[in-house]
Amino acid sequence: MAEAANVSEGSGAATAAAADDTRRRAIRLDPRAVAGGTIVVILFLTALLAPLVAPHNPLAQDLLLTQLPPAWAPGGDPAFLFGTDSLGRDILSRLIHGARIAVIVALVAATLACLIGSLLGLAAGYFRGWVDQAVSRLIDVWMSFPPVLLSIVLAAAVGAGLYSVILAIVVVDWTRFARVVRSETLLQGQLDYVAAARTIGMKPLATLLKEVLPNILPLLATLLTVEMGIAVIVEAILSFVGLSVSTDTPTWGGMIAEGRQLIYQTPWLLALPIACIVATVLGFNLLGDGLRASLDPVQRR
Amino acid sequence: MGKGAILRRFLLVPPTLFGVAVVVFVLLRVVPGDPIAMMIPPGASQADVDRLRALYGLDLPIFEQFIVWLKAVAVGDFGTSISRRQEVIVLILNRLPATLELVLVATLIAVALGAGMALIGAYFRRRAPEWGIDGAVAILLAIPDFLWGLLFILAFGVLWPVLPISGRIDPRLGAQFATGFYLVESILTGNWSVAGNLLRHAILPAVALALPLAAILTRVFKASLGEAELQDYAQIARSRGFTRGRVLLREALPNAAIATVNLAGVQLTFLIGGTVLVERIFSYEGIGNMAVDAMINRDLPLIQGLVLTFAVLFIALNLAVDLLTTWLDPRIQHG
Repeated sequence: MAEAANVSEGSGAATAAAADDTRRRAIRLDPRAVAGGTIVVILFLTALLAPLVAPHNPLAQDLLLTQLPPAWAPGGDPAFLFGTDSLGRDILSRLIHGARIAVIVALVAATLACLIGSLLGLAAGYFRGWVDQAVSRLIDVWMSFPPVLLSIVLAAAVGAGLYSVILAIVVVDWTRFARVVRSETLLQGQLDYVAAARTIGMKPLATLLKEVLPNILPLLATLLTVEMGIAVIVEAILSFVGLSVSTDTPTWGGMIAEGRQLIYQTPWLLALPIACIVATVLGFNLLGDGLRASLDPVQRR
Repeated sequence: MGKGAILRRFLLVPPTLFGVAVVVFVLLRVVPGDPIAMMIPPGASQADVDRLRALYGLDLPIFEQFIVWLKAVAVGDFGTSISRRQEVIVLILNRLPATLELVLVATLIAVALGAGMALIGAYFRRRAPEWGIDGAVAILLAIPDFLWGLLFILAFGVLWPVLPISGRIDPRLGAQFATGFYLVESILTGNWSVAGNLLRHAILPAVALALPLAAILTRVFKASLGEAELQDYAQIARSRGFTRGRVLLREALPNAAIATVNLAGVQLTFLIGGTVLVERIFSYEGIGNMAVDAMINRDLPLIQGLVLTFAVLFIALNLAVDLLTTWLDPRIQHG
């Protein structure tokens, strides 16, 4: 669609408007995008409003009310909907505050990985030659490491904390973007509209940014959304092995690690943060799938 | 891929290996925490520290350290583990078979599950079973292997304790093995009670590792089956009166399998990478679990050896998959 509009500006306007119209309708109608988007919005609101929504202080200990089961189970207390942990802290409040770290990591780490990976992928796919060789070999080397092990080693090297989690995700996951963007740019680079842009005297860099990039954006949006889910998982992994933020700050991964240790006493402490992570990742994945179905003209047909 | 392309594919291996070596070396030189400080008893003299430094070559300029290290690594000498005081290569080779067996069981489960779900989904296209499978795939993709592992421990180890949730084999069996490949060995020698015990230990971690791969396989394989079914050869077979099930199995399946194998290489490396946490969670005595231990103990030589072992596995696997695709695809072979 965009290619047509680029090549013949005059007659393309009406077609482009019609295409925009179907596009908007498609986004509205794709049930996956709606379901995923709803989950993601709820997650973001929870993180933003955590101090207002959480019924208790997530750090407040009550040693008289430790290891309470969820409210609906025998012995549960309605004041603690999901029960308490071994220090008597309210699990629901900790889950709600845990969403903050998840959202920060998802937004910052995924965006940075997307920026770095896409720039390298665009350069490799568009300029080819030695640039492509260099980026491709770098990707080969990166793909030779188990991502989990690499991020654990990195986070350990930098030292535990939020920054090192973000760094570990960016350094490990830029390849996801670089690989896909590179091959997509290679494809786009051979299409007529790029040749047309060059023929009318557009500079290579301008062609890349003004013509090729917009055509890759739908794909990037999908990748970015899925990467946010991956970032949440990696944060949980690093929390689980004790390399994320300090144990005072509630995180889902940290709660999983506590739940694993007390699995016989408080199984719900393990199950609930897992449920949060799964719902979050499912939300990002569905949104990504829905976006791809809505934005990709080939899939839409 | 013609002959030239195969050769080029092989030529990519040495630079990749070299790049891997550089990254491993650089990465672990920035790990804070002086490895020498961890090896010496408190109160050791500066002379002792210097002597150890010289012994491990840590007093040389960084570039020379790299050359010394690379020369040793090239012949499989990763040095001595700081925390276990044993040769790193021996430690790794002792543990590697356990991980390989776990990966093998997981791969078999993933392929069986993925192929089965894809075939059912392709057969019942646009009907309830396909939607059910699409939904299942979406959920499987949202849950990473280590969370499956924890959920299985919760479900089958705690709430309904039917399977063992830690270790590779029940030590009370007192089983003796000639090789590190316990499962393969006990099956080959017909020692079924031991094989059963090994499988009961392997099943939960293996399924945890298998589910994400099974989901990807289902998705790609089902799409490939759908495409293959629309091709001329499948349509012709159909018009000659063969049933849909038969055409799916005999015509579409082999062709769709090629496309799927090609993708499975990278995905299989993710499965192997997953062993790091899954082995940890199930206290399974493989190299993944060992890597987490090494990380906690800041055991530099052991971490380097393990990361390199994983990298060599991955590079070999990707090469094997590329060659296998070439060999499987008749178009490439004759072309």
